[in-house]
Amino acid sequence: MSDLNAAAQRAVEAATAAGAGEAEAYVSRDSGREVRVHGGEVESLTAATQSGIGVRAWIGHRVGYAYGTDLSEAGVAAIAARAAEAAKVADEDEFAAAPRPAPIEALPGLGDPTIATSSADQVAELALSVERAALAADPRIAGVEQAVYADSAELVSIVSTVGVAGEYETSSCFAYLQALAEGDGGRETGLGFGLARGPGGLDPEAIGAEGAARAISMIGATKPVSRSCPVVFDPTVAASFAGLIGGALGANAVQRGRSPFADRLGESLASEALALHDDGRDPDGAASAPFDGEGVPRRRTALIEGGRLRAYLYDTYTANREGGASTGSASRHGYRSLPSVSTSNLVVATGSLPLAGLLAEAGDGVYVTDVAGLHSGVNPVTGVFSVGASGRAIRDGELAEPVREFTIAGDLVSMLGSVQAAGAEARWVPFGGSVSTPPLLIDEMSVSGS
Amino acid sequence: MSEILDPAVAERALARALANGGRFAEVFAERRHGFSLSIDESRIESVESGAEEGAGVRVIEGSTSYFAHVDGLDPADLERAADEAASALRGERREPRPLKAVASTPLPIQRRPEEVAASRKAELLRELDERGRGQGGEIAQFTASYAEARREVAIANSDGLLNGDDRTRTRIGAQAVARREATVETGAETLGAHRGFELLEDDPGLIAEQAARKALTLLDAGPAPSGSMPVVVGGGFGGVLFHEMTGHGLEADHIQKGASVYVGKLGEQVAQPLLNAYDDGRLPGEWGSDAIDDEGAPTQKTQVIEGGRLTAFLYDHLSAERDGVASTGNGRRESFRHLPIPRMTNTYIAPGEATPEEIIAEVEKGFYAVSFGGGQVDPATGDFVFGVSEGYLIEGGKVTRPCRGATLIGNCLEALAAIDAVGSDFFMKTGICGKGGQKVPVGTGQGHVRVGAMTVGGTEL
Repeated sequence: MSDLNAAAQRAVEAATAAGAGEAEAYVSRDSGREVRVHGGEVESLTAATQSGIGVRAWIGHRVGYAYGTDLSEAGVAAIAARAAEAAKVADEDEFAAAPRPAPIEALPGLGDPTIATSSADQVAELALSVERAALAADPRIAGVEQAVYADSAELVSIVSTVGVAGEYETSSCFAYLQALAEGDGGRETGLGFGLARGPGGLDPEAIGAEGAARAISMIGATKPVSRSCPVVFDPTVAASFAGLIGGALGANAVQRGRSPFADRLGESLASEALALHDDGRDPDGAASAPFDGEGVPRRRTALIEGGRLRAYLYDTYTANREGGASTGSASRHGYRSLPSVSTSNLVVATGSLPLAGLLAEAGDGVYVTDVAGLHSGVNPVTGVFSVGASGRAIRDGELAEPVREFTIAGDLVSMLGSVQAAGAEARWVPFGGSVSTPPLLIDEMSVSGS
Repeated sequence: MSEILDPAVAERALARALANGGRFAEVFAERRHGFSLSIDESRIESVESGAEEGAGVRVIEGSTSYFAHVDGLDPADLERAADEAASALRGERREPRPLKAVASTPLPIQRRPEEVAASRKAELLRELDERGRGQGGEIAQFTASYAEARREVAIANSDGLLNGDDRTRTRIGAQAVARREATVETGAETLGAHRGFELLEDDPGLIAEQAARKALTLLDAGPAPSGSMPVVVGGGFGGVLFHEMTGHGLEADHIQKGASVYVGKLGEQVAQPLLNAYDDGRLPGEWGSDAIDDEGAPTQKTQVIEGGRLTAFLYDHLSAERDGVASTGNGRRESFRHLPIPRMTNTYIAPGEATPEEIIAEVEKGFYAVSFGGGQVDPATGDFVFGVSEGYLIEGGKVTRPCRGATLIGNCLEALAAIDAVGSDFFMKTGICGKGGQKVPVGTGQGHVRVGAMTVGGTEL
C-alpha cells in the first residue's frame, strides 16, 4: 500500500482519538498538465500536483466532515479533529452510518502509462495540431478561440475504522477546441472534443475537423419559426439531457421529494425506444473505478428498461433509509467534497437507425446540436425545462439551413415518453457527467423562435 | 500579509523561476479556510470544515505563460513550483527586481465568522427553516445553507511587487419547494457579502420567507408566453443580464482573440444614452469586492458604458501588457491552482430616473423577469440565454399572472441597444461566475431595466 494509505490510516486513528466512534479517510494525489494554445503558439503550460485528504467522522448517528492539504502527521491529526468537531454540530440522523466493507474486484486498465512518457512538448504539439486541423479544414475558419489539451493521473486511497480499504490508480485526458467561422456577416463558434485515458487515444485531426465543421455549419443561421415538431438531439445534447435524468434518479433527491421521478418506480414512463443504465465499471467510461467515493464496489444498475423505471441510484446513507443496498453511486469531486449520490458512467442504449434514418423519420423538424443555459433553464425538482438551442432545420428528412436563438421546452419525464428512436452509433460525451449516447429522435417538442 | 509569504523566500522563488529566462515571474501564495453546513428535512447536516494552502508560480516569456502549482507553503514547496514552472523554458537566467512591499488594506471584517460558535450557525439555519416552513402548509420542502470562507493571499513578482489581501466572505441561501396536488414549484434566495458574521445581524430569516413566497406564488403560475416582446427585468440579480450580455464580452482576453462582439466597438454608441454601467471591485463589503486583484493590482471602479458609449475593457496584467495599457485590477483566479484571467468584480447598470411602476406601466403586452436562475453567453457570437426563476405576464401596463419555465434568449448587441428604461431602485446581489473552468464570486446589480424587445421562450405557443 502507498504513503496515501498510511496517511489515511493515521487519519482514522486520529479521528477516533478525537472522539469519533467511526471514521473514514479518503486521500488522493493527482498530477496533471494543461496546455492552452492560440494562434499557433502555446498560450499557457501548466504542471501541477495536488494531494489532500477528506475525513468523515461519526459520533453515534451524527456525521461531520473535514478536508485539507496538509498530509503531515500533525496536519492529518488536525483535520481528523476538525471532522470530529463538525460531527458534534450535526443533528442525529438514524441512517447516518459508516459504510460496511464489501469485496472489491480490481478493475485493470484505468491508467494509461503514455501520460507519464509523453513530454510537455509532445502534448503541446498535440494541442497545436488540433488547432491546425481546424484552420486547414475550410477557408471560412477565421481562427480558433482556444485549443486545449489536459491530462491527469490520480491515485486514490480509502480506509475506514469499519474495515473499508481500497486503492486504485486512474488516468484521463482530453482535448477540445472552439473554432471560429465567419461568413454572411456573422461569426459562429464550433466545439470539437475528444476523450481518452492517455494522449495516444486522442485523434487531433478529428477533433479539429469536428470544431471546424460545427462552426461552418452554423454560418447564416436564422431563428426557426415557433412550433411543435419532431426534434433530433445530437449525442452532445442527448448526453446533457441524459445527465439531467440521471441526476434526478439519485435517491437523495427522490427520497426528499425533489425529483420528478419520486414515487414512480416500476412505472412505464419512458418509450420502449429508450434504455438507460449506469455502469461504474464500463472499461471505456471516464468515471470508472473499482469502488465509489465511500469504498463501495462500483457496479452496473439498469435505470430504464422496456420503458419502465427500474431503479434509483443509492449511496450508503440513502440505501440505509430504505433498508436496501448501495448501488455504489457515492461520488466525490476530489477530497474536498463529501460523497453524495450521483451517476458514474451513464449509458443510453443504441437503436438500429443511422443518423440519416433518424432525420428521415423526423421528416420536418429541428436537429439540435447545442444547448445553452442548462443550469438555469432546468428545474431539477419538477423536470420542467426551457433552454437555449441551436442546430439545423430538418426538411424532407434531411438537414437543411442552420437555426439559432431558439428555445426548446418541455419536461424531462414527458420527454422520456416521447423518444421515438435511438440512433445506432453512440459516443462518449463529457457533458452531463460521463455519458455514452447515440443521437435521439423525440417525436414532438415545443420549439420557440420567431 | 507576509505571514504566508516571507519576502526572502519569495525572492528566492522568483529567482529560481527566472533561472531559464522569462520576462516576468510571479508567486501567488494562498491559505484558505472554509466552514459550511446546511439544514434539510429540518435536520442540520453536511457540516464541513476545510483548510488548504499552496502556491502557484508563473513565468511569462514570449506569448506563453508557464505555470506550476503545489500544495503547501514551505520554502521547499515554493521552490518546487518555481523549478517546475522554469523547467519548460530554454533561455538565459534573468534576475528579478528586489521586492518592495505595498501595504494594501483588506476590507474590514467586524465579526470574524470563525470566532462565532458553530452552534450559533446551526441555530441560524433552524431560524431560517422555521421562517421558511412558516409561510404555509404548501411548503413541502425547505433547505438552507450557511458558508463562510477566508482567503489570505500574497503576491510577489519580478517587477518588485509584494502585496497581499485577507478576504472573508459569508453567504446564506434558502430554497423552498411548494406543492399543491400535482403542482410543484421552487423558490430560492441568497444573501452574501465580502463581510463577516455582521452580515447576518439584521434579519437573515427574511431570505427564507422570500424563497418560500416565490415558490408559493409560482403555484398559481401558468405557461410562459413565447415570442418577441418587451421585457422588464427586475433589480439586483437582474443585473446578471448585463453581466452576461456585455460584461463577458468586455473582458480583454476575449477582445484580443477576436472572440467578442465588442471588438472594434470602443468609443462607439452601443446603447441608448440613458445607459451607464460600471465594473467596481471597490464597492464596500460587496460580494465581488477585494482590496487587490489576484495579481496584486489595486481593484478599481471602471466605467464601461458612459451615456450609451462603450468606454473601457477589463484587463489583467497580461492582456494590459499586450494592449500597452494599465491593468484595471481585474486579474482574478479561483485559487492558487489557477492562472489569473480577466474577470468581472461587481458589475452593474447605474441607477436611472424611472420608478419600476413607470417602467411597467408603459408596456402594453410583455414579460416581467423578476429574477433569473442564471445565464450563459458565447462572447464570440454574442448569443445568450437566461433561465427565469420568477416571471410574470405584463398586460395593459400591469403585472397580471405568474409564469413558469420561461427562458430569455437573444444577442448581446441587439439586446443592449434595446434597453430603453433604467430604474432608480438600484441594489446589488451575489453570484458565482464561471469562466475557463474557474469560479469566482461576482456582484451584479441594477434597478428595474426594460429591454424594448427580446425573445421569450416559453411553453405556450
